[in-house]
Amino acid sequence: MSALQTGSTTAADGTPPDLARRFDDTIARDQRIEPRDWMPEGYRRTLIRQVAQHAHSEIIGMQPEGEWITRAPSLRRKAILFAKVQDEAGHGLYLYSAAETLGADRADLTERLIEGRQKYSSIFNYPTVSFADVGVIGWFVDGAAICNQVPLCRSSYGPYARAMVRICKEESFHQRQGYELLMTMMRGTDAQREMVQDAVNRWWWPSLMMFGPPDDSSPNSAQSMAWKIKRHSNDELRRRFVDMTVPQAEKLGVTLPDPELRWNEELGRHDFGTPDWDELMRVIKGDGPCNAERIERRRTAHEEGAWVREAAAAHAAKQADRKKNGAVA
Amino acid sequence: MSDDHVYLSLAEGHEDGDARWAFGTGFEDPLYGVSTAVPEDVDPADLAACCLALGDDALVTAQRLAEWTTRAPELEEEVALANIGLDLLGQARLLYARCGQVDGTGRGEDAYAYFRDADDFRSVRLAELPNGDFAFSMARLLVLSAWRLAHFERLAASRDPVLAAVAAKGVKELTYHRQYAAEWVVRLGDGTAESHRRMQAGLDRVMPYVGELFAAYDAAEAVLAVLRQVGEAATLSLPAVPEAAAGSGREGEHTEHLAVLLADLQSVARAHPEATW
Amino acid sequence: MSDTQAKKGGWPLYEVFVRGKRGLNHVHVGSLHAADDRMALTHARDLYTRRNEGVSIWVVRSEHIAASTRDEKDPFFDPSADKVYRHPTFYDIPDDVPHI
Repeated sequence: MSALQTGSTTAADGTPPDLARRFDDTIARDQRIEPRDWMPEGYRRTLIRQVAQHAHSEIIGMQPEGEWITRAPSLRRKAILFAKVQDEAGHGLYLYSAAETLGADRADLTERLIEGRQKYSSIFNYPTVSFADVGVIGWFVDGAAICNQVPLCRSSYGPYARAMVRICKEESFHQRQGYELLMTMMRGTDAQREMVQDAVNRWWWPSLMMFGPPDDSSPNSAQSMAWKIKRHSNDELRRRFVDMTVPQAEKLGVTLPDPELRWNEELGRHDFGTPDWDELMRVIKGDGPCNAERIERRRTAHEEGAWVREAAAAHAAKQADRKKNGAVA
Repeated sequence: MSDDHVYLSLAEGHEDGDARWAFGTGFEDPLYGVSTAVPEDVDPADLAACCLALGDDALVTAQRLAEWTTRAPELEEEVALANIGLDLLGQARLLYARCGQVDGTGRGEDAYAYFRDADDFRSVRLAELPNGDFAFSMARLLVLSAWRLAHFERLAASRDPVLAAVAAKGVKELTYHRQYAAEWVVRLGDGTAESHRRMQAGLDRVMPYVGELFAAYDAAEAVLAVLRQVGEAATLSLPAVPEAAAGSGREGEHTEHLAVLLADLQSVARAHPEATW
Repeated sequence: MSDTQAKKGGWPLYEVFVRGKRGLNHVHVGSLHAADDRMALTHARDLYTRRNEGVSIWVVRSEHIAASTRDEKDPFFDPSADKVYRHPTFYDIPDDVPHI
């Protein structure tokens, strides 16, 4: 029974029961699984998929904001945005690194991304149309990411959890820079205030969709929660995000575009409308406003960089040969 | 001991935190405790011109590096190129700030970056050329950082304490930029047949603009020594340095590429001249 | 592995160790890809210490690390010392994935 509760699916595959039991015990005691430990294949596969999607999201997520680095309207904002997008590359690398401890290979994961066989967060398939979008992405998208990711610092898989600690530390600053930009813009001209409200209108619903489909249609969630790869359900995290964001919106002086949004005294939380799940499914399936161009950019960079990567590998091989021959002589 | 202990220990001593997040290098204020008064034996106009030219070089180079974002040949290079771009952006901001203090206008950094036209820029033309391929970008970065490093080493002893402090900080950064570029030029030159061809082509394209740099500050000896050493390790032939070609970015004479670069850089700021960001 | 990797122009995996400050040990912080040791150090500096987190860096090719297993009696691992990361063994990932 305890094996079932911790999601063990190992009984039928001939795994020695003591290994399975030890894995289950480790999870039950809230300790970490480390790379060399025995783990069920399902656990490994699920983790690789989740960590790779997360890594891809960081890398594709560089694009919507990266568009604005060259155009940022002050040198201070330019430095902030440049550093933030750089952090996203770094976060992608931390996560690919965690995936590689599970036996995945980054080159293969990259292939899967650019062939459209592995997904990334749907939010990055929406366009950025004004500089206010940079602020709103920081506020909403990084805010949602923090809701998602802080619990993952306690993920059962050690390298993933440790990568998340580092990422969360860096991302809390990302959210703050976004909110600070919006506060500054709201104190500026009428045109700036309109830009902010317009960006809020466009990004609010896609941000709510970032938490994934509702719990009753999220088939893999229960197993992931049993394995402590995931620590809270999609709906729970979505609610937490709404509760966190509403007072921030009031303080900022913007309106969140949901007529059903109101405080529920009885439940002690906000009621809010239902995102357009059909839209989410379309975007996930590749039919969002920017899916094709995001993948195309990544593919082009990867393919156009091939000669550079090959040259470095060839040079390293030559150097190694010279060292060997030199040592012999 | 918790599993996260490693990261807690890494973060020790950085609790002061909030101000640290937007930068690729160093969190110390390089101007802390430095007097901003212009020494009596320094000509403010000369000092302003020097800061402006070096600030423009840094801004234009940083802008070209920023254009590599999401287009770099490998993810690790995304991080590296951004670090270099952030260093240069930081240098530009400090130099513009100094310029505004001494040129009599009291302008802030953004006035220099966003509200001057191409013919008011004093950057060298090498910096504004489009990125081309990675080989050209590395050849250019090598030349620009070797030249700038030689110049900054000299300026670290400037009689102006602010410029001296900015240069002293920059020397550390530029040493790394030069090293990064040199390693890539060697790898590409001594890599595959294709990379060798591209690297030689990149170097050939850069050389005609080198004379303009040396006219601005004669670091020919130091720069050419670096190029010879790197070129030899990279199996590249070093083109002769042509006489400084007609025209100079330092005089405000630019290629058509600078106006295009600035149109992008300044587009949002100029669309909202009354705005605060 | 190295052969196919070289053909694709892929760079080998390195493990990175950073000394956070004087008086502390180097600790493992993650991994990265690089063509050679020199590049690995450069990348490690840019990636793992870009917020001034370190005073010294070690890098080592992942395939050069020998590691004990969790339990030397563990029947699944013999001999008792093995490479830490058996990449690039790839595990199939189904396509019907919910986004993160």
